[in-house]
Amino acid sequence: MNTQVATTRTITYRQALNETLRAELERDEKVFLVGEEIGVFEGSYKITAGLLEDFGPDRVLDAPIAEEGFVGAALGAAMLGMRPVVEIMTINFSLIAIDQIVNHAAKMRSMFAGQVSIPLVIRMPGGGGQQLAATHSQNLEVWYAHIPGLKVVAPSTPADAKALLTAAIRDDDPVIFLENLSLYSAKGEVPDGEQIAEIGKAAVVKTGTDLTIVSYSRGTTTALEVARQLEAEGLSIEVVDLRSLRPLDRDTICASVKKTGHAVVFEDDWLSYGIGAEISATIGEGAFDFLDAPVRRVAAAEVPLPYAKSLEKAALPSAADLARVVREVLNLSSTPNDK
Amino acid sequence: MAAKARTRPKADVEIPGGEPADTLRDYYERMSLVRAFELRSSEMYARAKIGGYCHLNLGEEATVVGLMAAIEARDYLFTGYRDHGYALLRGLSPERVMAELFGKVTGVSGGRGGSMHLFDKETRLFGGYGIVGGQIPPATGAALALKNQETAGPHAAAVMCLLGDGTTNIGAFHESLNLAGLWKLPIVYVIVNNGLGMGTTVEKASAEPDLYKRAASYRMPGIRVDGDDVLAVRDAARDALKQARESRQPVLLEVMCYRLRGHSVVDPARYRSRDDTTIAQESDPVPSFRAELIASGVLSEADAAAIDDAADARVSEAVAFADESPEPDVDDLFKYVYASTVANAPSALPGEPVMDAL
Ligand SMILES: Cc1ncc(C[n+]2csc(CCOP(=O)(O)OP(=O)(O)O)c2C)c(N)n1
Ligand SMILES: [Mg+2]
Repeated sequence: MNTQVATTRTITYRQALNETLRAELERDEKVFLVGEEIGVFEGSYKITAGLLEDFGPDRVLDAPIAEEGFVGAALGAAMLGMRPVVEIMTINFSLIAIDQIVNHAAKMRSMFAGQVSIPLVIRMPGGGGQQLAATHSQNLEVWYAHIPGLKVVAPSTPADAKALLTAAIRDDDPVIFLENLSLYSAKGEVPDGEQIAEIGKAAVVKTGTDLTIVSYSRGTTTALEVARQLEAEGLSIEVVDLRSLRPLDRDTICASVKKTGHAVVFEDDWLSYGIGAEISATIGEGAFDFLDAPVRRVAAAEVPLPYAKSLEKAALPSAADLARVVREVLNLSSTPNDK
Repeated sequence: MAAKARTRPKADVEIPGGEPADTLRDYYERMSLVRAFELRSSEMYARAKIGGYCHLNLGEEATVVGLMAAIEARDYLFTGYRDHGYALLRGLSPERVMAELFGKVTGVSGGRGGSMHLFDKETRLFGGYGIVGGQIPPATGAALALKNQETAGPHAAAVMCLLGDGTTNIGAFHESLNLAGLWKLPIVYVIVNNGLGMGTTVEKASAEPDLYKRAASYRMPGIRVDGDDVLAVRDAARDALKQARESRQPVLLEVMCYRLRGHSVVDPARYRSRDDTTIAQESDPVPSFRAELIASGVLSEADAAAIDDAADARVSEAVAFADESPEPDVDDLFKYVYASTVANAPSALPGEPVMDAL
């Protein structure tokens, strides 16, 4: 990371993304944006506000509803050296483009013996909890994190949104850039000037000695909230923000658990075969002798997410669920008002 | 409050399209119900009784009524997420539709689907679907099943598959129409062309903006009809369904209408030109059909007002029902995941241990 930080500003995650896209469009004429409703409509979540006006329709390309087509077309442009940044309205709709992402973008460099590289970024938000029902509330990041050839990053703060998006756009490989519906309006301090994160590195975003919570994206914000709340009860919680789901920074995870002896993974996806499964296996392999309790996962109930608020709330992992499990792991009695 | 105007004797009346006055009155009642239901949905959304995404049929009422007048009870209906009006006119009670929007257990989909996912097996409303184009391949498959299950003829069932103009650009549309053309399936694909897919006009989204012409690629008839003309819509849809059920000839029907408001209730539609908004308002089928029926004497002003009041009252009952209905029970969270029982089916709530460590 660039260290000559002079000043910072408090801005939203949305604004950090918008400013970064603008800066990269200005810096490199090979960068262009493509996606549904990103121009005239300024993006479903207004991430691309003002960009069509300033950069014109060749750089900010409105696409029809044809995810497979325009993701594949962006990939093709990347093969010829362009640096497309695709917006897919939500991760749910990426399933229509998954063949181009998994069978093509991820494979080309290896399959063609390094003759071509794919500097493609696919930005898309995941997330549930807004009563968007089963098809519009999914956290499918693990599908992409599973695929060799892809890089998958998941910033949890506005500062990381900026630094990881800059890194993703300048990266020569296909990068899945995971955003989250509930983070867009979150505010945080963002350093001015060029910031480039190193993809593949996790961060300890809060230090502690009793237990490690591992999370990513919006989960990290909940983890921090719970850690602070438990701090008031005298527990010292460390929070590891994965930032990169592929590659995975196993060293940072295990180093933390070696120190604390306890780990809980907080994830928004479904439990079986999820992000937490990989983290738990990593800790089992890399920090087994240091563990004082089994690693636990707090994940979504394994059900297509219902629309009704009561059911949705029950199915999604909450701060209260996380606090309860942290106490269980630390073998403390849980207070009755948790759930 | 409206002054009592006398209805002219029906026999003297020049009736639009030579239709029986009762039919026209009935259509206006339906249009008025859809209008009242949608306006109230918007209001209930603002009051946070409805959550998630909520897309309305405002401005599309003549299309909704015309299509639903053409489809028979035995036919199957698949639609996108802009589905409230179709559900109501398919015969579902406003109570059960509103309850679904409220996320209540008494809703048509048990509160699990919400506005975008209305489903009722009994009336053969085979779903609203939230993924653009998601309904098109299954609708095509339903037609395949009908082809296998029934012989073609005037009493055979057919499938009506509704989709938006923007939806014609997704691969599933083209793949499905090709299958239907190739396999000769009893299906009518209806493009409800309201001119916009979110903020994108048809001209900006489709290289061939005369969408009905896309039928030519699949050797099926492509027909365009004025969606503000309820009778024209009904007749075109009836004829298309006839071809589907009697000749196993799939048809692409494009219905031209306007979306009166934003894409969903939360969209202020600032991207829309003043002209476009004006045209949409001027061609609003509800007041114009109302005025037409009054001018031709089918309804008096008082009749029309009474119909509107009745629709409003009907929707009030639906809201009251939805309000009083219980939310789904959390104990039933996993109830519908699988049809057959299976060993080790997941049932953990978030944070519950999946193994006993001791
Ligand atoms: C595969 C997919 N991509 C994108 C979306 C987001 N989206 C929802 S509705 C819509 C516009 C559809 O427009 P149109 O087909 O004209 O239907 P209308 O809303 O006008 O009824 C879009 C892009 C989606 N739901 N599914
Ligand atoms: Mg449309």
